[in-house]
Amino acid sequence: MSVISDPVQAGIAAGWRVTDGAQLQADQTLEADVVIVGSGAGGGVTAEILALSGLKVIIVEEGALKSSRDFKMREAEAYPALYQESAARKTKDKGITILQGRTVGGSTTINWTSSFRTPDITLRYWNQHFGLKDYTPESLAPWFGMMEERLSISDWPTPPNENNDLLRRGASKLNIPTGLIRRNVNGCWNLGYCGMGCPTNAKQSMLVTTIPSALQHGASLLTRVRADRLTIKNDRVTTLECVALTPDGLGTTGRRITLRARHFVLAGGAINTPALLMRSTAPDPHGLLGKRTFLHPTVISAGIFAQRVDGYAGAPQSVYSDHFLHNDRIDGPMGYKLEAPPLHPLLFSTTMPGFGAQHAAVMRQFPHVHALLALLRDGFHADAPGGSVALVHGAPVLDYPFSPFIWDGVRRALLSMAEIQFAAGAQSVTPVHERAEAYSSWTQAQAGINALPLKLLQTRVVSAHVMGGCGMSDDERLGVTSSGGRYHGLANVSVHDGSLFPTAIGANPQLSIYGIVARLASGLAQQMTGQPAARPTRA
Amino acid sequence: MQVPRRSFLKIGVAGACTLAAGGALYRLAHAPSASRFALDGKALTVLNAVIPVMLGPVLPVAAEARALALSGASARVRDAVLGLPLATQKEVQDLFGLLALGPARRLLAGVRGDWEQADPANVAAFLHSWRTHSLQTLQVAYQALHDLIIGAWYADPATWESIGYPGPVRELLA
Repeated sequence: MSVISDPVQAGIAAGWRVTDGAQLQADQTLEADVVIVGSGAGGGVTAEILALSGLKVIIVEEGALKSSRDFKMREAEAYPALYQESAARKTKDKGITILQGRTVGGSTTINWTSSFRTPDITLRYWNQHFGLKDYTPESLAPWFGMMEERLSISDWPTPPNENNDLLRRGASKLNIPTGLIRRNVNGCWNLGYCGMGCPTNAKQSMLVTTIPSALQHGASLLTRVRADRLTIKNDRVTTLECVALTPDGLGTTGRRITLRARHFVLAGGAINTPALLMRSTAPDPHGLLGKRTFLHPTVISAGIFAQRVDGYAGAPQSVYSDHFLHNDRIDGPMGYKLEAPPLHPLLFSTTMPGFGAQHAAVMRQFPHVHALLALLRDGFHADAPGGSVALVHGAPVLDYPFSPFIWDGVRRALLSMAEIQFAAGAQSVTPVHERAEAYSSWTQAQAGINALPLKLLQTRVVSAHVMGGCGMSDDERLGVTSSGGRYHGLANVSVHDGSLFPTAIGANPQLSIYGIVARLASGLAQQMTGQPAARPTRA
Repeated sequence: MQVPRRSFLKIGVAGACTLAAGGALYRLAHAPSASRFALDGKALTVLNAVIPVMLGPVLPVAAEARALALSGASARVRDAVLGLPLATQKEVQDLFGLLALGPARRLLAGVRGDWEQADPANVAAFLHSWRTHSLQTLQVAYQALHDLIIGAWYADPATWESIGYPGPVRELLA
């Protein structure tokens, strides 16, 4: 018997309407006011606001319903159970690994809790280039404030773990400013296993906040059910056709679920939402659907320190630096945000290049390893226009080409990270690249990194932030969704997830999704009920 | 047929043709398929030759312990593959199927003789060459082998002591 109470299991026992698609024995047809596809940051916030406002809601999730009693902090179990493609989703050429959640709560169930409001300069760019006039820091502040309150987002008072503090100390030696990351936690034990599902329910993910609240207010949740296509008649969607998945979530059982509703909200994330619209042949007169998909392409630098770093222990992300986002104009040479990632054996060992004795030597030093990430801000320059989603036999594949402009940013990022790690006292630094070495001084690293042939597959590139593909603009030539999140050309379809963003955010995107979607969902609730939307508060 | 290493390194177009003939090592197409990965005899032979070279000194030396570790490692690779999307499982099956074919082993991997008798130095040269090969397809295949074998190994709690990873708080695992 666990010492932690499991609010999800308690809710199921109390009669929540949850249906596991894998167990369905017959086809079904269900009806609601609103069908929401996806239960992550966008779907969760929408579901709670609509349900509290008195609307009948059905949430469709292709992942399973897992909760704290299932979260055993083991990568080998967590990745297949909680991530898209077992945490090994790849771009078309397999050059970039993409981490996205696939479980109730979406990526919020497995993210590292970093919470940033949308940067002012990003909003200003949206204003200037996409005409998003009501996307200003001032107009969004109440919505960010509301969701910060709802999800317990606040300063994290515990000192950073060594993995994060080395970023702070190294940067400080070089007069590079750093900041502390706010987190969406309540009673966090400072364990460090956020990426495998929070075992103590401290992380205020959608799994333990908005989804339970929506279910308590009468919403229905379908799990292991994949949204296949929208049936479009003239300019309206009449039904959403879904397929039930097998218990392992890999195959389909043959059972079909037809969902009727007055309105459909798509929140499956920035690869799956455009793909659903493409499978449904949604109107796309300007060829923008699934284009401008952003990743914050991320490169990694590993340092070895004399002291223990224990990168697996403690809050995974607590220190950041935006210094290299502000060196130049936002549309100048590519900027990058610096953070530290949690280090656990499966993800770390597969990320480190090489094999045999070389790889084993790195692994023996595991507790002494420090890692930095540089998240490159894409979408602000003509040479970093993002990637595009296409369908292959109905499944989405993201093609994300890298231009010399992006590689220039990668090289500068690898240099910045190595310099900071040496300033923090690293014995050696290895940029994560098949041809890189463990450099033992900053001078050596500089020469080595400047000589590296930067190419996909040779350079390890990862992403945990997929954005764009259904970009917003009230000008239909610039975006497929309106500033109100409505899909242009369809009268009853909204997009409420990170695919709305017309550029990358330039920060971990969860709070951008929470705040922006809270406003969109409140607007939708008001339009559908004729009453002001209900305001979600902490239970 | 003995193929000198030099010609392997120049393989280029010939390699691409062999790949096509060998049965689509790397399918972009997510062809709908219900079949799941099976670690059949041929795939196991390839894995048994590649695992010791990929893992290097972390495998025990004593024969019995080594055999046990090897069979555990290949079983965990199989389990890891079984968690991947079906289309990806098919790609991995194709990769092992291809490597098990004599001509592909000799021409693409440059490994002489059967996998059972493969010289570890020869296997290491094959991995090293694919790691930085000019054909992206071979780099992808190398990374698949790297991630599957190394990831499955270090995901196993039995290996954690060797790398100083304490693992999760036991009190919460009840």
